[in-house]
Amino acid sequence: MPLGLLKYGLRRRYPARRDVPVATGLKPSYDVVVIGGGGHGLAAAYYLARDHGIADVAVLEKGYLAGGNTARNTAIVRSNYLTPEGVRFYDESIRLFRNLSNELDYNILYSERGHLTLAHTDAALRTSRWRAEVNKHLGVESELIGLDEIARVCPPLNLSGAARYPILGALYHRPGAIARHDAVAWGYAANAARLGVEIHQRTEVTGVLREGGRVTGLETTRGAVSCGKVLQAVAGHSSVMAAAAGFKLPIRTVPLQACVSQPLKPFLDPIVVSGSLHVYVSQSDRGELVMGGPVDPYTLYSTRSTLDFKEGLMGHMLELFPFLSEARLLRQWAGLADMTPDFSPVMGLTPIENYYVDSGWGTWGFKATPVAGKRMAETIATGRVPDVLQPFRLDRFDTFEQVGERGAGSVGH
Amino acid sequence: MTGVNRLPAPAGSLIDRSRTRTFRFEGRPVDGFAGDTIASALAANDVWVLSRSFKYRRPRGALTMAGQDANALVQLPGRPNVPADVEPVADGLDVRGQNYDGSLMRDRGAWIGRLRRFLPVGFYYKAFYKPRGAWRLWAPLIRRRAGLGRVDAAAPRGRFDKAYLFCDVLAVGGGPAGMSAALAAAEAGAEVILVDENPVLGGALNYARFDAAGAAAARERRRLVDAVAARDGIEAMTDTIANGWFADNFVALIRGNRMFKVRAKEVVLATGAMEQPLVFRNNDLPRVMMGSAAQRLIRLYGVRPGTRAVVATANDDGYGVALDLADAGVRVAAVADLRPEPGGGGMAAAAEARGIRIETGHTVSSAIPGAGGRSVRGAVLSRIEGRGVCRGGETVDCDLVCMSVGYAPAAQLACHDGGRLAMDEGTATFVPRDLPAHGRAAGSVNGTHALDAVLAEGARAGWRAAAALGLDAGAGPAVPEAGGADDRNHDWPLFPHDDGKDFVDFDEDLQVRDILNACADGFDDIELAKRYTTVGMGPSQGRHSALNALRLVHRATGRPLADAAPTTVRPPYAAETFGVLAGRHFEPVRHTPMHHRHLEAGARMMVAGDWLRPSFYGAPHDRERRVLEEVRAVRGGVGMLDVSTLGGIEVRGPDAAEFLDRMYTFTYARQPVGRGRYLMMCDETGVIVDDGVTCRFHERHFYVTTTSSGASSVYREMLWWNAQWRLAVDISDVTGAYAAISLAGPWARKVLDPLTDGIELSLAAFPYMAVRTGRVAGIPARLLRIGFVGELGFELHVPASQGEALWDALMSAGEPCGIRPFGLEAQRVLRLEKGHIIIGQDTDDLTYPAEADMTWAISRKKPFFVGGRANRVHESRPLRRKLVGFAIRDPEAPVPEECHLTLRGNDIAGRVTSVARSEALGCVVGLAYVAPEQAVTGATFPIKVGPRRFLEAEVAPLPFYDPDNRRQEM
Repeated sequence: MPLGLLKYGLRRRYPARRDVPVATGLKPSYDVVVIGGGGHGLAAAYYLARDHGIADVAVLEKGYLAGGNTARNTAIVRSNYLTPEGVRFYDESIRLFRNLSNELDYNILYSERGHLTLAHTDAALRTSRWRAEVNKHLGVESELIGLDEIARVCPPLNLSGAARYPILGALYHRPGAIARHDAVAWGYAANAARLGVEIHQRTEVTGVLREGGRVTGLETTRGAVSCGKVLQAVAGHSSVMAAAAGFKLPIRTVPLQACVSQPLKPFLDPIVVSGSLHVYVSQSDRGELVMGGPVDPYTLYSTRSTLDFKEGLMGHMLELFPFLSEARLLRQWAGLADMTPDFSPVMGLTPIENYYVDSGWGTWGFKATPVAGKRMAETIATGRVPDVLQPFRLDRFDTFEQVGERGAGSVGH
Repeated sequence: MTGVNRLPAPAGSLIDRSRTRTFRFEGRPVDGFAGDTIASALAANDVWVLSRSFKYRRPRGALTMAGQDANALVQLPGRPNVPADVEPVADGLDVRGQNYDGSLMRDRGAWIGRLRRFLPVGFYYKAFYKPRGAWRLWAPLIRRRAGLGRVDAAAPRGRFDKAYLFCDVLAVGGGPAGMSAALAAAEAGAEVILVDENPVLGGALNYARFDAAGAAAARERRRLVDAVAARDGIEAMTDTIANGWFADNFVALIRGNRMFKVRAKEVVLATGAMEQPLVFRNNDLPRVMMGSAAQRLIRLYGVRPGTRAVVATANDDGYGVALDLADAGVRVAAVADLRPEPGGGGMAAAAEARGIRIETGHTVSSAIPGAGGRSVRGAVLSRIEGRGVCRGGETVDCDLVCMSVGYAPAAQLACHDGGRLAMDEGTATFVPRDLPAHGRAAGSVNGTHALDAVLAEGARAGWRAAAALGLDAGAGPAVPEAGGADDRNHDWPLFPHDDGKDFVDFDEDLQVRDILNACADGFDDIELAKRYTTVGMGPSQGRHSALNALRLVHRATGRPLADAAPTTVRPPYAAETFGVLAGRHFEPVRHTPMHHRHLEAGARMMVAGDWLRPSFYGAPHDRERRVLEEVRAVRGGVGMLDVSTLGGIEVRGPDAAEFLDRMYTFTYARQPVGRGRYLMMCDETGVIVDDGVTCRFHERHFYVTTTSSGASSVYREMLWWNAQWRLAVDISDVTGAYAAISLAGPWARKVLDPLTDGIELSLAAFPYMAVRTGRVAGIPARLLRIGFVGELGFELHVPASQGEALWDALMSAGEPCGIRPFGLEAQRVLRLEKGHIIIGQDTDDLTYPAEADMTWAISRKKPFFVGGRANRVHESRPLRRKLVGFAIRDPEAPVPEECHLTLRGNDIAGRVTSVARSEALGCVVGLAYVAPEQAVTGATFPIKVGPRRFLEAEVAPLPFYDPDNRRQEM
C-alpha cells in the first residue's frame, strides 16, 4: 500500500485535490489564449507558465476538458518513425513522458509494454527494417525480429503459415508504451491551473479578430477577449479554425474509429499493430482490448459509429487471434483525424502574426502531447521556432519538403 | 433434483419440465430444465452467487435477470463474460464464476475489499509513482487484478455468418407496444419484421403484473400474440437482439451466431424500459434484485426468489411485485414505500388487503449481509426525513430485497444514429429525443407505462410508419391521451451511508462517495466524472448507473437537473462477440490463370497484394540454388515469368493520347502505332507513384500496363482526373481479363517463332519496343517486344481463359531449349543487374524523378502533366539525395541487407534499396540513396550493417549488365 493513499483512509473528510479548477468569468484580456483544452493545448499552457513565466494564459475549450481527440485516442506512445526528423521529435516526447507522472505529481499510468508492428509482406518487412535501422542509428530501441522472437514477445499471436496473410516478421520497439490519455490532460490542467493558467470549459471560439496581418483577440460564445498571442490546438477542426483565422492548412479531416472489448484477464502484453490487416490492439490495465483500424474512407466532421468498421476490424482481429471469436465488443466510438499529405504534423508560425498553430495530428497526436506542448510554448514565448519543430513548418508544402511518415503510420491508411 | 426453489406450474412459462438439463457450476452438477437460463437453474437450486465484482471482489448475483448487468457474467470454456441470466442451459455445460482466486465462495483475493477506504476514487492517479520508476513495479501487480473472464488461446474459432434483410417497418421489441405497432403497420399492408431478444413475444406481459387480480397481462399477451401469428406480413424474430442502429435505418440484428443486417424503411422503437436500482448500503448483495428480476424468476422460470422478502418501492409496480411474491409463497415481510402516501394504484390496495405490512415514507437504508456477504439476512427500514436522508431503522429479517423505484428508457439504439437522452424532470427519468428520421418510439421507452396507453401508442406508431411509407393506412387510431406526468420514478432513490458500500455502479464498485469525491476533485461535469470514476464504463454501460450518477453530480454542483444529459451512448446495445461481427470474414485471394501450373512445378508462392505469385520454384531449403538456376536459365537460355498481375488498362478515344500526356510524364501524342513507350506517373507532389509501358495499337487506342500493386490505384486516379478533365476517352481496367507471360533469354525468339503465325519476329521486322497483335499457338495475343531483365524478351498478353494454354504451349515449345519458369526472386536479381528500378522498393513516398535519376522520362515540352509543377519546384532546389548503383568488389564482404543505411559522416544519407550477389557481374551490386556529392562514379560511401560495422561500397554506372543493351536489342 503506497503511503500516498493512507491519508484517504485515515482522514474523516475526503482530502479533495482540486485538479480541474473552478469555473470563473473570462477576463477581457490575456497575454496568450490557447484555443482547445485538449492534451496539447493544456500542455502548452503548462510549459508557458512553468518554463517561460507566462501565466496570464487562458485555455478555451468548447466542450468539456480534454473531451475531443484526447479522450478518444487509443493512447499508444512510440517513437519508431521513419524519418530522422520524426524519430527525434517523438523520441523527445517519450523522454518527457517517462518522467511525467513525477513531474506533474499525477500518475499517468505510463507503461512500456513493447510495440510490435507485424509485417505480412516482403514490402512491409523492408519498411520495418528501414525503420529499425533509422531508429537504431538515432539511439531508439527498435529491431526487426523473426517468428521465434515474435512468439516469445507475444505468445497468443497466430503465427501459422496457413493464414491468408502469414506473419513474416515484425518491427519490435521495446519502449512502445500505453498511458492513461485522460490523466495526461488532467495532470497538465491541474498543474497549469496551479501556476495561474485559467481553463474555461464550454467556451467556444467563434471568430478571430485581426488588425492588419496580426491577431488581436478572439470572439467566443462568452464574449470577446483580446490577447497578445494565440495558439490553435484543435485537432479534428484545425482547418476550420485556420480558415476562421484567415489561412489554409493542407489537411483532410476523416473520422477514425476505435472500440473496446469487455474486460478480460490480461493475456496480451505488447501493443500489436498490423499495417497489412489494418489492426492495432493493446490490452488496457482494466483488461479491455482497445482496438482500432484504418481511418474512414471519406472526409466527415461527424463522430458517428459505423457497422462496417467493426465488421472489418473484427475479421482481421480473428486472423491474428482466432481464439477471440467469443470475446465481446463492448463499445465503439470515433474521433476526427486531421490528415496531412506526409503524415507529419503542421506546427509553428502561420501567415497571421502572433497566431501559432499546432495541427495536422492525424492519427498520431496523443504520443506527441508533451513535446508538442513544450516546444510550442517555447515557440510562442521566444517567437523563434526550435530546430526540432523546423521540419514541420507549414510552408514545407510550398516547396514540397515533406517529412514522409506514411510508412510509419500506425496502420496502412 | 429439479431444485428446492422450483414453483409448480403455471409459474415458469419458459421452462419445459419434461426435459432435464444437467450442467456443472464450479465443478458441481446442477439440474435445470430446458428453457432455463444458467442463473435461473442455479437459483432453483438455491445457488445465488454467480461471480465476483470487478474491484472489491464482492460476491454478486443476478440483478435484472435480463442480461443487462455485469454481476451475472460467468465463464464458459473459451467463452468469457457470458450473461448467465440469459444464456440457456445445456447438457454438459461447464460453468464457472469469474474474477476470483481459489474458489468463488472463498475468494483469496477478497482482501482488497477491506482496503476500500484506502482506495479512493481515481486512487491510481494519486499514488504508485513515487519514487520515480515505482510504477514499473506496481503496474504488473495492479494489472494482475484486471479483467473479468478468461480467454483460452487454444479455443477454436467459432462458426458465424451474416445475412441481409429488408422490410418496410422494423419493430424493435416484442412487448405490447411493439406487437401493436407491428399489427397496425401490417394491417396497412406493410412488410414488418418484429424482433425481440427474448425466446417468446410478450415483453413485460410475460413477467410483470398489471392489475390486482394478476390476469390482465396473460389475457392481453394471448390476444396480441395470436393476432401477430394470424397476421400475414409480420415476420417475428425472437431470440434476436437489435444491437445497433446505424445511418439510414441500417440495423444490426443478432440471433445466435448470425448477424442480420436489416435496411428498414421505417423503424418503431419499442424496447421498453429498464428498472433502476435503489442506492443503499449493501445494495449489491446477492438476492438484492430488481422487482422485475424477482418477477422474471417466478413467471418465466418458476423459481421462488426467496422465502422472506422486503420490497422497496416508489410506485404501484412494487406492490405488484409484492403480490407476485406472496402468490409464489414468499412471505413479504414489508413493503417500504418511499413515497409519503402509497399512491392511488389498485395493487397497493390489494397488497394492503392481503395484510402485507406497508411502511410509507420509508426506505431500505441497508441490507444486512449473511456469511461472507454471500447472501442477505435482513433489511433495515428507515424513515425518510429528506432528500436522500433517512434516520433510525428497524431490522427486518429477510433473504430477499426487491427494488422497484423507477425506470430508465431502453433507448440506447436511438442514440446510435443521432438520437439523445434528455433528463425529464416531470417524470424524473430520461426521455429519448431527436430520434433518427424514419424512426419513432412507443411504449415505456417513451415514458408511457399504463398498458392501455402503451397499446394505443404502439398502434399509432405502427400506423404512422405505414402512412409514412405512403400506404393507405386509413384514418388511424386516435392520438393517445397524454398521460400526464408519470410518477413511477422516484426522483431521489439514493440513501448514502456513512460507511459506504452504497453502490451506484455495480460493474465498477463505485459508491456514492466516489462520485461526490470526483466532483470535489473538480470532475464535476458528468463526462469528466465518468472518465475519472469510470462510472458507466463497465459491461452494463451505465444501464443502472447513468441516472443516479447524473443526479449526484448535479446535486454536488448545485446545477439544475433540468438541463442535464447523460454521457454519450454508443453502439452496440449489448456486448457482441467478435465472431458475429467478423462473420465468415471473406479475404479475397487472386490466382492468375496459370496458378495451378506454378503449384505443379513446385513454386513457393508469395503474397503480392491480393495475388499470390511464384517466388521461386523448388523446396524452401533449396532457395538460393534454385533462384540462381533460374537466373542462369534466363541469362544463358530462356525462361518465362507469369506477369498476369501487371495492371492492364485500355485507353480509347479521340483524346487518348492527350489523356496519357496529362497522366504520365512522357509524351505520347507522336508515339507511332505499333510501338511501345515507357510510362512514369507522378502524384501532384511530384513523387513517382507508378510505371509501366503503353502500347499504341491504333491512333485512338492505347493499352497501358501498370505495376502489380498499382493497378487499382492507377485506374482510380485516371477516373478521378478525367472526371474533371472530361476528355473524350474510355478507360477500362482489363487487369483480370488478360493473362501475361514474359518470355526472356537469348533463345526467346527461337521458342516463340514456331508458335507465331504470320508475325515476323526478326529484329528488323519486330524491333525492340515494338508491339504487335496476332496469334501465338493459335491464341489471339498482344506481343510486346520489351524487357525488364535485360535479355531478348517478349511479353505476351492473351485472354485470361487462354493463359494456361499459352503457358503449356511455351513450355513444350521451349523444352528443347531447356526453358524453365522463373519467379519474382530471380526477376529481382535480373532487373537489378540491368539497373531497372522497382517503384515502391527503390522509390518511397517522397522520391521525385531527379532523385531516382529518371528526369529522362520527363517531357519538357508539355504544358501540363500531373506532378509537373511540383517537379519544377523540386528541380529548382538543391537535390537532397540521389539513387545510384553501387558495387561491393570485396568477395569476402557480407551482402548488406535492403534498407541498411548509407551514411555521410554520421548523418543518414539514404539507404540500400536493392541488393544482390550477381553471378553475371562477379560481385555484389545494388541500388542505394546517397548524398548528392557522393553520387560520383567511382566514389565510395559507407553502408552501416551493424552497430559500428560498415561496408565500403563503390558508386558504379548503371546498368551494371550489358551497358550497351546489345542483349535485349538483339
